[in-house]
Amino acid sequence: MHITDILVTGEPIIYGAMVSMALVGIALLFLLTYFKKWGWLWREWLTTVDHKKIGVMYILSALLMLFRGGVDAMMMRVQLAFPDLGFLNSQHYNEIFTTHGTIMIIFMAMPFLIGLMNIIVPLQIGARDFAFPYLNALSFWSFFFGMALFNISFVIGGSPEAGWTSYTPLSGAAMSPGPGQNFYLMGLQLSGIGTLATGINLMVTILKMRAPGMKLFHMPIFTWSTLVTCFIIVFAFPILTVALALLTIDRIFGAQFFTLTGEGLPMMWANLFWMWGHPEVYIVILPAFGIFSEIIATFAKKRLFGYHAMVWSMIIIALLSFLVWVHHFFTMGAGAFVNSVFSISTMLIAVPTGVKIFNWLATLYKSKIEFTVPMLWSLAFIPSFILGGVTGVMLGMAAADYQFHNSYFLIAHFHYVLIAGTVFACFAGLVFWYPKMFGHKMNERLGKWAFWLFFFGFHVCFFPQYFLGLDGMPRRLFITNVVEWLPLNVISTVGAFGMGLGFIVFVYNVYYSFRYSERETTGDSWNGNGRTLEWATTTPVPYYNFATVPYVDEIDPYVRMKEEGKTTYEESKVKPIHMPSYTGQPFIMMAFLGLASFGLVFEWMYVAVFGLLGGIIMMIRRSFDYDDGYYVPVDEIKRTEKKARGL
Amino acid sequence: MAAEELKTGPLEYRTQEGQMGIMGFWIFLGAEVVLFSTLFATYAVLFGRTADAPLPSELFEPGIVLVMTFLLLTSSFTCGLAIHEMRRGSVKGLTIWMAITLALGLGFLGFEIFEFVHYAHEGATIQSSAFWSSFFILAGTHGLHVTLGIGWAILLLIQIKQRGLTNVTSRKFFIISLYWHFLDVIWIFIFTSVYLIGMVI
Repeated sequence: MHITDILVTGEPIIYGAMVSMALVGIALLFLLTYFKKWGWLWREWLTTVDHKKIGVMYILSALLMLFRGGVDAMMMRVQLAFPDLGFLNSQHYNEIFTTHGTIMIIFMAMPFLIGLMNIIVPLQIGARDFAFPYLNALSFWSFFFGMALFNISFVIGGSPEAGWTSYTPLSGAAMSPGPGQNFYLMGLQLSGIGTLATGINLMVTILKMRAPGMKLFHMPIFTWSTLVTCFIIVFAFPILTVALALLTIDRIFGAQFFTLTGEGLPMMWANLFWMWGHPEVYIVILPAFGIFSEIIATFAKKRLFGYHAMVWSMIIIALLSFLVWVHHFFTMGAGAFVNSVFSISTMLIAVPTGVKIFNWLATLYKSKIEFTVPMLWSLAFIPSFILGGVTGVMLGMAAADYQFHNSYFLIAHFHYVLIAGTVFACFAGLVFWYPKMFGHKMNERLGKWAFWLFFFGFHVCFFPQYFLGLDGMPRRLFITNVVEWLPLNVISTVGAFGMGLGFIVFVYNVYYSFRYSERETTGDSWNGNGRTLEWATTTPVPYYNFATVPYVDEIDPYVRMKEEGKTTYEESKVKPIHMPSYTGQPFIMMAFLGLASFGLVFEWMYVAVFGLLGGIIMMIRRSFDYDDGYYVPVDEIKRTEKKARGL
Repeated sequence: MAAEELKTGPLEYRTQEGQMGIMGFWIFLGAEVVLFSTLFATYAVLFGRTADAPLPSELFEPGIVLVMTFLLLTSSFTCGLAIHEMRRGSVKGLTIWMAITLALGLGFLGFEIFEFVHYAHEGATIQSSAFWSSFFILAGTHGLHVTLGIGWAILLLIQIKQRGLTNVTSRKFFIISLYWHFLDVIWIFIFTSVYLIGMVI
């Protein structure tokens, strides 16, 4: 086999991407070698089992993917605003909308939120790490190699081009030959395993490792949202695992699940995909709700209004999320009765969601709001998300859906819920907890610039798309030189570039704040407004999190702790702390499984078997590994705490 | 993480690590239930879609499947006895009953492979029709789980020989016993809803 057989050739844009990737890669290798940082990289990051560092790696990867997915989006918008320019050909356009959707959901939204959960949830419940720190590292590396596998597709082998939903029979071997679709299947499979493991891990962490006295209904709302999300993950992800496996077996081993030749049922893919896919959108929105709840309570300086209603509405949303999947394909002809049932269950979700909206508003009512950057994102979320939610109810009405289905109305709807919900929450949460992670805040002035650019860009980009949809413009269409659609498409593209500009300012702010922001001296970073335990730790957070874990018997325990002058360091109560050891095993194990997946993509069975054997050997090694960590001595804890608290 | 150790109760539950490991595994089994449910649902949807391949009623025979069922159900019983011996503190009893469990599991696997080869000879393979794809994947996923379980248990038998009964080794054996019983439950559903129904319809 010659190298040009697997490299994607003939596309100037992809050549450009190859060159820039090679340059960035060489620059990284050079910098790491020049500054002698290889050992540091291995010891501090690749082998870490510390939930805070793993969380940072998740968020960095997610930001990188936001960039990649965002570039995809820009290219689509350029094509749609200037259809006669010949910027993209139809196949390239198909590849780009496929990777844009897949990357944004699987490799951006989820890891971003899981990253925040990683860092914050143990701190909020008074835990020193995850229940299974080794497994947590494993989860991250499975996500990472899945992401890497999916992303190299556009230079090696070719990207998938059947849409992020990958409907059969289009995505089957007969109509999508070649490795492209295999990249989708294996990339998602590999990272999906990690997500399932994280779900189990966080669930046990929250159920078994809470601070003494903390009942379930004393937990901070973000931790609650994480717990509910984990339930959805555990019950939804195995469906995706099966669906991906069946399609992989169809494509590589010639089975007939979704084919047209052996009495297979292509429709079954749509059902399996959305039985996972609908819960999936709640996996990315519930943590967002949790983040907004924390931020709104903090900067309204009040206890969250209707805490119990907030929790129960999340639980009800989680249950309903499994009962609505058919609304994604009302038009496939399931019949009036089935469509009616799913139409009603879909509209029911608006009820608990409405409860949450009113609770946020009631929290804000008569409060003295502090307009910080995270609060701006949160306040912008409420009206923007309602626009997305209400159009969602319109789409949920089966009869009307025949009109909206697969039009830009749908595109506008789900971008309104996923961007105004999830992406705003990711930015808000990152800015809010940034001082906990890095010991300094993000610059407020630049943060506001990023917010306003992104916020206006978002509405300018997506609001016109509702009308494009009502004017009949279908999704996934690469020729749009219909005169009636052009003006709105141009406006939309301008908005998209506004969002891109906002993102650039945000990323520049990371650098700017690293250089110039004041270093935090107290752990309670937001003017002493912190309400939950993560703000009780010192900044930067010591690797063992809590020298002594406080007793908690109420919501927002840190408010009373501050009144009573209590901290997470009571010198008389310090005992040696048990911590897990760092290990390179998860990285190596997942590198092998990543290699196996790569082999399967190209159907190189020797490579696949070799990678699988390597993975199994690493699992056997793990089984014989009886390293149960080490103890942090009392002296060291006292020294660390005294230094951090300036005692 | 609490390093305190309880002085009473089963060994595997005495440390917080032990309790968390067992709870995590129960949740994992919940995910496994969803995984197999999806495969059962797929099988049910594709039932009867045999295309030109033989019908299940022409190939399924009660004899061999009954033997397999007997082997696997007995292995679940001996696995329970192994854990009973572990609770009594007997490494020897645990090892012997676990070895018997694995032998029965291997017997089950042997018959299953024989059966699959037989079907393939008769013209029913994973590629011949949607029905047979779903059959082989459902039964095969269960068989793969049994295979992994056998490999895993052998690793644990080596560890118990090296280390004796501790909080950690007893937790590992307790967890694999949960796994083994779970596979038994799945098999009962495969036996009834795949083989018995497939024979009569």
